[in-house]
Amino acid sequence: MIWYTGKRLLQMIPVFFGATLLIYFMVFSLPGDPIAALYGDRPPAPGVIEQIRAQYNLDKPFIVQYLIYIGNFFQGDLGTTYSGRPVGDVMAQAFPITARLALLALAIEAFFGILVGLVAGLRKGKLFDTSALVVSLLLISVPTFVIGFVLQYVFAVKLGWARTTVSSEAPFSELLLPALVLASVSFAYIVRLTRASVSDNLNADFVRTATAKGLSRRRVVGVHVLRNSLVPVVTFLGVDLGSLMVGAIVTEGIFNINGVGGTIYKAIKLGEGPTVVSFIAVMVVIFVLANLLVDLLYAALDPRIRYAK
Amino acid sequence: MPNKNPNAQTHYVAALEETPVETVDRLDESQKARSTWADAWDAMRVRPTFWVSSALILLIVIVALFPSLFAQVSPRDCDLGDSHSGAEDGHPLGFTRQGCDIYARIIFGTQASVTVGLLATILVTFTGIIVGALAGYYGGVLDAIVSRIGDIFFAVPTVLGAIVLMSVLPERTPVTIALVLSLFAWPQIARIMRGAVLSARNSDYVTASVALGVSKFRILLRHVVPNSIAPVIVIATVSLGTFIVAEATLSFLGIGLPPAIMSWGNDIDAAKSSLRTNPQVLLYPAAALSVTVLAFLMLGDVVRDALDPEARARR
Amino acid sequence: MKIRRLGIPAIALAAAGALVLSGCASGDTPAEGDKASIITTNGSEPQNPIIPTNTTETGGGKIATSIFAGLVSYTATGETENEVAKSIESDDAQNWTVTLNEGWEFTNGEAVTADSFVDAWTYGAMFSNAQGASYFFDDIAGFNGEADAELTGLKVVDDTTFTVELASPEADWPLRLGYTAFMPLPSAAYDDMEAFGENPIGNGPYMLDGEGAWEHEVGIDLVTNPDYDGVRKPANGGLTIVFYASQDAAYADVQGGNLDVLDAVPDAAFESYESDFPDRFINQPAAIFQGFNMPYYLEHWSGEEGKLRRAAISMSIDRKEITDVIFQGTRTPATDFTSPVIDGYSDSLKGAEVLEYNPEEAKAKWAEAEAIAPYTGTFDLSYNSDGGHAAWVDAVTNSIKNTLGIEAIGKPYPTFAAALEDRESDALTGGTRAGWQGDYPSLYNFLAPLYQTGAGSNYEDYASPEFDALLKEGASASSVEDATAKYQEAQELLLVDLPTIPLWYSNVTGVWSDKVENVVYGWDSVPLYTDITKGE
Repeated sequence: MIWYTGKRLLQMIPVFFGATLLIYFMVFSLPGDPIAALYGDRPPAPGVIEQIRAQYNLDKPFIVQYLIYIGNFFQGDLGTTYSGRPVGDVMAQAFPITARLALLALAIEAFFGILVGLVAGLRKGKLFDTSALVVSLLLISVPTFVIGFVLQYVFAVKLGWARTTVSSEAPFSELLLPALVLASVSFAYIVRLTRASVSDNLNADFVRTATAKGLSRRRVVGVHVLRNSLVPVVTFLGVDLGSLMVGAIVTEGIFNINGVGGTIYKAIKLGEGPTVVSFIAVMVVIFVLANLLVDLLYAALDPRIRYAK
Repeated sequence: MPNKNPNAQTHYVAALEETPVETVDRLDESQKARSTWADAWDAMRVRPTFWVSSALILLIVIVALFPSLFAQVSPRDCDLGDSHSGAEDGHPLGFTRQGCDIYARIIFGTQASVTVGLLATILVTFTGIIVGALAGYYGGVLDAIVSRIGDIFFAVPTVLGAIVLMSVLPERTPVTIALVLSLFAWPQIARIMRGAVLSARNSDYVTASVALGVSKFRILLRHVVPNSIAPVIVIATVSLGTFIVAEATLSFLGIGLPPAIMSWGNDIDAAKSSLRTNPQVLLYPAAALSVTVLAFLMLGDVVRDALDPEARARR
Repeated sequence: MKIRRLGIPAIALAAAGALVLSGCASGDTPAEGDKASIITTNGSEPQNPIIPTNTTETGGGKIATSIFAGLVSYTATGETENEVAKSIESDDAQNWTVTLNEGWEFTNGEAVTADSFVDAWTYGAMFSNAQGASYFFDDIAGFNGEADAELTGLKVVDDTTFTVELASPEADWPLRLGYTAFMPLPSAAYDDMEAFGENPIGNGPYMLDGEGAWEHEVGIDLVTNPDYDGVRKPANGGLTIVFYASQDAAYADVQGGNLDVLDAVPDAAFESYESDFPDRFINQPAAIFQGFNMPYYLEHWSGEEGKLRRAAISMSIDRKEITDVIFQGTRTPATDFTSPVIDGYSDSLKGAEVLEYNPEEAKAKWAEAEAIAPYTGTFDLSYNSDGGHAAWVDAVTNSIKNTLGIEAIGKPYPTFAAALEDRESDALTGGTRAGWQGDYPSLYNFLAPLYQTGAGSNYEDYASPEFDALLKEGASASSVEDATAKYQEAQELLLVDLPTIPLWYSNVTGVWSDKVENVVYGWDSVPLYTDITKGE
């Protein structure tokens, strides 16, 4: 197990270089001159743009820009944004908030998703199952920007139960509403996944055996059915953590949260290579670690899964 | 067919020397006619849900292919004077903010939306199944390489990929949107598939097949994949809907389909400005989307049940 | 300034600043002492450190005008009022003498002298300083946009007097002096300009609430400057500007009681803001002109044929209906190329009927053009799709399509940068969205940068010697009245040539909470924060 974990951690190195190179190239390929666009419809004096381009190395070929970035990266310098802020500062500001938000959303979708999915799977075709299906359909069919707007309007503006936007301290209580919005689509996935796995496993041999052995239904469901149903759900959650962090652009906008998704989005719009790449580099580490954790959890959930050496 | 695994030490049925290899293989060959896939078809076609959902999907596909059969009004005849007008004769759902017929726009938007949803789902599912199955089943270096490539792709924000690819590609069409969405979404299915395969590859029946000398690849194809595919089908059917909605979100972020192409996503995005006062403009395309997703969810359910031998046995 | 907003406005859900209310964490705690409460308002993260000569967008501009006081400031209607200046005089509109009031100080105690202005302007104009607003000094003698050079036109006479020699006469030169680029700087700034920009020291009605009052991406806390004694004396205890990436979030915050004053209602609330905030909203014209340009390099769009087609397109757009339906009256149909809040605006220029919806005349002109050369293909109108332009572009193209019977469609670019690139490289395939927000309240500012031959923002290469000549005559006219007449004459040329098809003026739309009173919005769409009072 340790050997396996170590190997996986080493694999992070090629992923890091692959991802940063790919993403730096993509930002480089963005159409238009990012510096010229900073000035909107009115261009500054002719020399101004060239000087600023040179300041950010934008006048150099792609590979040189990338190597300069990587060189600085390993000296702990992540570059600056076009407004002159060190990218490190931007990250220190955005990641803690996003981590709280994403983990809260993950907890919400995991808890409620598995719970609803389990009951729906146990009562397949019954009213609860159908209701769960309708709710899932609704969450899938209505885009986040609508769900977010409606929840904000109802709970914050009309009822006053929550703050309309999230303050800079971003306590969990204020993040609850955005986390609900963020979790909504994934919740639908988890309900469907859990429901399917549970209903499959209910008919599995080991469940029949366990029931035949005289174990209570509660124990059969809790220990055997649920545990064996969790492999795909846990996999999904592992993959979803990253999406919740990067993909929260819309939710962050609605609730004015200064997080990772919005920062990356803004940096993409501005064509800020170093900002995008630095954020994604951290995200890659999170992806790899989350997936590793999931792989290790497999062994705990399903005794049949074992890793070589 | 020669026994490829003469050194197998596990004896499930009887010691190898007691069971002639040829007999086992012959039995195995006769099973081929009744493969998991054929069994699944038999199980499916007796279920009403299968026919209902199939009919619904067929209808959606026909609407997508021949929209003019279903709407006589042109979705492009828009007059601001009709903005947000309610239903009237010949315009069953009323008008959008731009004064276009909502019903006609939904009918004509089906093609683009279903193309985005179906194509992206198909691309993602097939790539995901193949990559995930190989990674999970063979493990080792292959797993390490494809899984890490998946990590790299998954790390690219879809928005970034969308902006870059939409700029590089000469046009923004439903196909390019589907390509962009699937390019950065396949690792998710691959991970799910891989996880399921990891469970399935150590199952009794796989061990048994190995013992019986069935080739590794055939076991993967005939036993492991059908037994691991259930969660993938669930994810894929849900994804179909989220892909269609993702197109709306891309429009919201300014990188969706151009106005020249009608789609539910474009309409949902355009309706957001009227959300406070005229929510019906948003509800209708969202309802069309719901029905589509529902049809595929139902079909997915049936297919999944059919592939699960234990659930099949119950019926 | 603030042109940026036209390019990438409210809807862009970029990195968002969360609400900060440090110093009044509960949001409505009154400040101690005799100070009135602190006003909270919406803003956006400045693009650069707050250096006046490098602040060319709304986010930073709002802060800069609050913490600096220039020679003049603008009233709500766009008139200039002397602030630091005692007088700005000239006999020939080319050589100006500026006299300062005595007693002005920066918040670090340094006196505001002639040097404070001359050094700041020299810094801003210096080529190697690469300041975004350097072109504002390009009409001062000695300006060089390609190498470092001294602004020889600036001469300090004594502590309270300096002279300015312009390259050519400009009657309305003093009008621009309230713009951020012309603010004075304390000598401490030049030690480390970047660091200064993080914690700027000014002489304006407000000052930063200590070091680090600017929390990046979150907001900035300003308190009243006790030593300020100019025309903008604050009636409140301070100003907290909260940064939003989305106006929708800001609007929700005013509704939820977390924000006092909002100066841009999001389009999703156009239909409801009046009922959401009865008696606490505003919708009045502002110094923003919007239209779309037809490039001259396109086939069919130049010469006599082009003129006919331009007029036909212009007359086929029902501006009134679009502003009523799509914008719910938050735009005002255009009747000239400037803005109703600018002195010299006119709704009765000769030829302005080309801006009126007239389907018959439009069809006739188009048919006339068809006789010269038949038009094939689709008419497209490009825009950056991250800017919330899709709805009106759809409406405009539908209007053209319905009137002329040609295929007309919007063509989105994914980002502002992508759209700009095709404009700069003359690679458009049709019309392009164009907008202009006045830097300072003057007709000249709405005309010269956009339509003068070779001007910076004249991307679609309009060139008319007659127009250039009229502009020059206007600039060097001895009185503002004479200048206005020339500028109007120049616009009448534009109405014939239609290098841009004017659409409408963007209004300022704002709402405010019931905690504040006396909310008045200026010509530049920004509330006059200093006048706002906040009671309990």
